[in-house]
Amino acid sequence: MSMELEKNKNNVQLPQSVSTVSPRDTISDDLFVPEPVDSSLQEQISGPMKSVWQDAWQRLLKNKGAVLSMIMIVLITFLALVGPQMSGRTYDEQNLLFTNLPPKVAGLEWLGLDGRDNNGVDQYEKRGITENFWFGTDEFGRDLWTRVWKGTQISLLIASLAAILDLIIGVAYGGISAFYGGKLDNVMQRIIEVLVGIPNLIVIILFILILEPGIFSIVLAMIVTGWVSMARVVRGQILQIKAQEFVIASKALGASNSRLIVKHLLPNAIGPILVTIMFTIPSAIFFEAFLSFIGLGLQPPLASLGMLIQDGYVAMRYFSYKLVFPGIIISVLMISFNLLADGLRDALDPRMKK
Amino acid sequence: MGAYLLRRLGYMLVTLIVIATATFFLMKMLPGTPFNNDRLNEQQLANLNAKYGLDQPVAIQYLKYMSNLVQGDLGDSYKYVGRSVTEVISERIGPSALIGFQALVLGTLIGLVLGVTSALRHNSVLDYTSVTLAVLGMSIPSFVFAALLQYYVGLKWGLLPPALWKGYEYTILPTLALSVTVIATVARFIRTEMLDVISQDYVLTARAKGLNNGKVIIRHVLRNALIPVVTMLGPLAINIMTGTLVIEKIFSVPGLGEQFSLSVIVNDYSVIMGITLFYSFLFIFMVFLVDILYGLLDPRINLRGGKQKG
Repeated sequence: MSMELEKNKNNVQLPQSVSTVSPRDTISDDLFVPEPVDSSLQEQISGPMKSVWQDAWQRLLKNKGAVLSMIMIVLITFLALVGPQMSGRTYDEQNLLFTNLPPKVAGLEWLGLDGRDNNGVDQYEKRGITENFWFGTDEFGRDLWTRVWKGTQISLLIASLAAILDLIIGVAYGGISAFYGGKLDNVMQRIIEVLVGIPNLIVIILFILILEPGIFSIVLAMIVTGWVSMARVVRGQILQIKAQEFVIASKALGASNSRLIVKHLLPNAIGPILVTIMFTIPSAIFFEAFLSFIGLGLQPPLASLGMLIQDGYVAMRYFSYKLVFPGIIISVLMISFNLLADGLRDALDPRMKK
Repeated sequence: MGAYLLRRLGYMLVTLIVIATATFFLMKMLPGTPFNNDRLNEQQLANLNAKYGLDQPVAIQYLKYMSNLVQGDLGDSYKYVGRSVTEVISERIGPSALIGFQALVLGTLIGLVLGVTSALRHNSVLDYTSVTLAVLGMSIPSFVFAALLQYYVGLKWGLLPPALWKGYEYTILPTLALSVTVIATVARFIRTEMLDVISQDYVLTARAKGLNNGKVIIRHVLRNALIPVVTMLGPLAINIMTGTLVIEKIFSVPGLGEQFSLSVIVNDYSVIMGITLFYSFLFIFMVFLVDILYGLLDPRINLRGGKQKG
């Protein structure tokens, strides 16, 4: 088609000076040739097909903050899984010969990781210790590298468990409420409205008090009210999608309820669900750390980021490295999850399309 | 308006009753008795139980507890002999309220300035800086930030007292630590709201009729962008309450939060429950207030049953 145009263009004698001769006089109608129309090409899609997810993924990749966050999350998760095995010591192995050693990494002395304490004394030299502790040791001589990554692992475990359970309960509750509607929806929504009024911090504290402290009780306490926001998101989505024509069409064709839910409603609601999960994880990490900090968290010798920060805070004045490492990791994790969630929300929101 | 008020009031009451009931029964489920002393013999234990009404059937205890609650009586502390929980709370509320209020005011003001500059200079270096600050402020846990403030400002540089409560300068660091999340939340919220309002048609109209930029921003954009900020009061209040629990512990502020951590350590259940209940009541009342305020400020909100056509 464009070849034809080129040819036509060459045939036309363009006026040299527009200002003197009116175009009307030099270009007559017979100079125009109708463009041959191939009706079969009209419906052809020129760009490559992109699914909603590919589209969202590409938009996410353009968001530098989100990409960096993804890399940080993958890196921290990897270290949380592998880190505790790297130094050859377990997270609860005590050794009173190695107490309160500052961090020392061969080759990274210029970063301050030189094994010197606050007074500039190289504790490793002084005590004749040949091996290096990358993040130092605590007051029981436990290796902080192992403990910090073990703690990260446990914090991440608690956060993902809470997110998964929130997801299951929230999707089921919100889905049922929206799908069946009517009186059931009404009753279920009244229950939610009461639950929403209860500050989740209060519920978490109450539950932790009566349950034995541990990973599972923290998760349980967090999901007691945590699922409510997910249920609301799912309900809103399903209500919106349910009224759309393709669902009505599918219903008219005799699709069963389960087919409607699995094939039409849930796949279309998955974006906002994903975003909600991404926001649940950092808030769960925060709550775990918060509980540990006020003394309602896990029990030693288990480690979590919150407990390490609490231990580090107590010793902050003389052994600031104990606070620095878990503090940095929890901050980076929270920032990354928040940025990624923001990025995901923008990428999945069709209104953001340019 | 009246019907809406009644409905909200109804929800508030139901929520309060649910919380109070849950608190009571959770407390009953706690392992052991409040009097964990091996030296107590049977008779002494029975006397103590009788004194605190713990020998009566649970239903009677519940009714008594609820009627006391309505009168503002939260029971007696198990640890401080002869002192009621209400007394403990009223003694401790002052410092918490002071730093909470200061943090709210300071945080909102700084957040407002950051958010407005950010929106007016959209996609500029200023905008990016303030967005980054907001993300950092929202993500970094308040206790990590508080510990840093205490270490550097308080201990290393010695600019402000790192802890305790002996004068006005002692309130500065806790206030700063508490206000960080407030600043971040408000700045982010205002930025989004303003950007939203700036692209509205009525702003275009205002510009088209020749109003100068400053007037457009103050009369049209800011006024409309500020209304939804009222809804932030609820979340911000809970944020500050959560914050006080840890920040008072860090800076040794003799407030409710510090009392709470102390009570957790010594298992003073009645005080723990009292403070939790007090916080929930405060929070629920706040949300109620915000709902009403929002309805009054924004005439677009339908106050009759919330059945809006959208």
